[in-house]
Amino acid sequence: MNWTWFHKLASPPHFYRLAGRITPWLGWPAFLLIVVGLYGGLVLAPPDYQQGDAFRIVYVHAPSAWMSMFIYGTMAIAAAIGLIWRIKLAHAVAAAAAPVGAWFTFVALVTGSLWGRPMWGTWWQWDARLTSELILLFLYLGFIALRASIDDRERADRASAVLALVGVINLPIIHYSVYWWNTLHQGATITKFGKPSITFEMLWPLLVMFVAFKLFFGAILMVRVRGEVLKRERDASWLREELTR
Amino acid sequence: MQTSITQAMALIYRGDLILAFRRWEQIAQPVVFLAMVTTLVPLALSPELGELREIAGGVLWIAALLAALLGLEFLYRTDHADGTLEQMLLSGQPLALIALAKTAAHWTASGLPLVLVSPLLAVGLGVPANALVVLMTSLALGTGILSSLGAVGAALTLGLRRGSVLLSLLVLPLAMPALIFGARAVDMAIHGEVARGPLLLLGAMFVLSLTLSPLAVAASLKISQE
Repeated sequence: MNWTWFHKLASPPHFYRLAGRITPWLGWPAFLLIVVGLYGGLVLAPPDYQQGDAFRIVYVHAPSAWMSMFIYGTMAIAAAIGLIWRIKLAHAVAAAAAPVGAWFTFVALVTGSLWGRPMWGTWWQWDARLTSELILLFLYLGFIALRASIDDRERADRASAVLALVGVINLPIIHYSVYWWNTLHQGATITKFGKPSITFEMLWPLLVMFVAFKLFFGAILMVRVRGEVLKRERDASWLREELTR
Repeated sequence: MQTSITQAMALIYRGDLILAFRRWEQIAQPVVFLAMVTTLVPLALSPELGELREIAGGVLWIAALLAALLGLEFLYRTDHADGTLEQMLLSGQPLALIALAKTAAHWTASGLPLVLVSPLLAVGLGVPANALVVLMTSLALGTGILSSLGAVGAALTLGLRRGSVLLSLLVLPLAMPALIFGARAVDMAIHGEVARGPLLLLGAMFVLSLTLSPLAVAASLKISQE
């Protein structure tokens, strides 16, 4: 099998151009799908018979929560690639992904808390999902803080990559411990979405939003990786040629 | 003659312990810290033993985790400062096993004293005598987990400014599952239940962290010396 395309990906100039070219192809569909998904979710979908209109926050909450975990996985894979094959660009991807993941985690927490207000009658409930999202946020913050405290870029890359791998091994352990802890300490939370009972009118905007958020992440990641490349290669001659062209 | 790795590990373990006992205040400080935090609880909440008993498991576990965090930043600091660490990297011995010996020595000097003093403090919080064995077992495993996870954090933050705060930030989220099962085990024992389940899970976590963390420590140490 020919791996040239893969090796080319690791070259900063190639990736810089490629990322610039595919950003609009990810960004515009993301924008359109967010508009469609929000219209479908906020206007077309019928109100829930139990939760009324409050359930509509799920159209932002669930995709954000999914992205928060997906991005941690992406980050860990990029970190592993960077650590094993010493590909600097992979470290740039991990560094660029972390703050985006932290924000998605934050959005998932805030929307979860907003939803909890009418549903549970309180802003915060030590619900298993919210708690494990909170711990995930701590893991992101640790990763970002470690990167920020190491001045030498090479060391920051490799040290934070080790941390990301340690984190990704611990993530399932944390997740299931929190579930176990939660089921012991409190009964089933009052309202949960009945699993298969969601109707198609409610479901399709949700699926659209899932795809939209993923594309949005792709677009943002491309922009951010380009930024990282600019920072890292600021003395490179290819970059000067690229920018003056 | 080439020193075998078992010999090297024994030497490192012994050497670290000798150093630790020469600076006895480093061993005493976490123990005093643990005792003080446990004293704060009745002062802040209530001197009623019945009420204290309800939260004793959680309090002791949180206090022990924080106390065990205190010494972590010194794990590799002196070795890093005086060049011993470079010699370890150059020695040709498997770095992960050296790290394991260092972690074991650190646990003996910082985790074990906490485990030994915990029954005394537990009695002060109204924990019945039949729960003390579970408490000590869970804390022994828990401080072991914290020492292995903390070793990774210590190696990653080696030589950084304000490394100690960062170290807690990195290690505490990873130690949360251990806290869940450890505090739960103690709580069950206090209420006269059999705490076998959470203790076994805690043991599983201990084995896992002991197996994997030396590899992460070795990788981090190499990175820090590049």
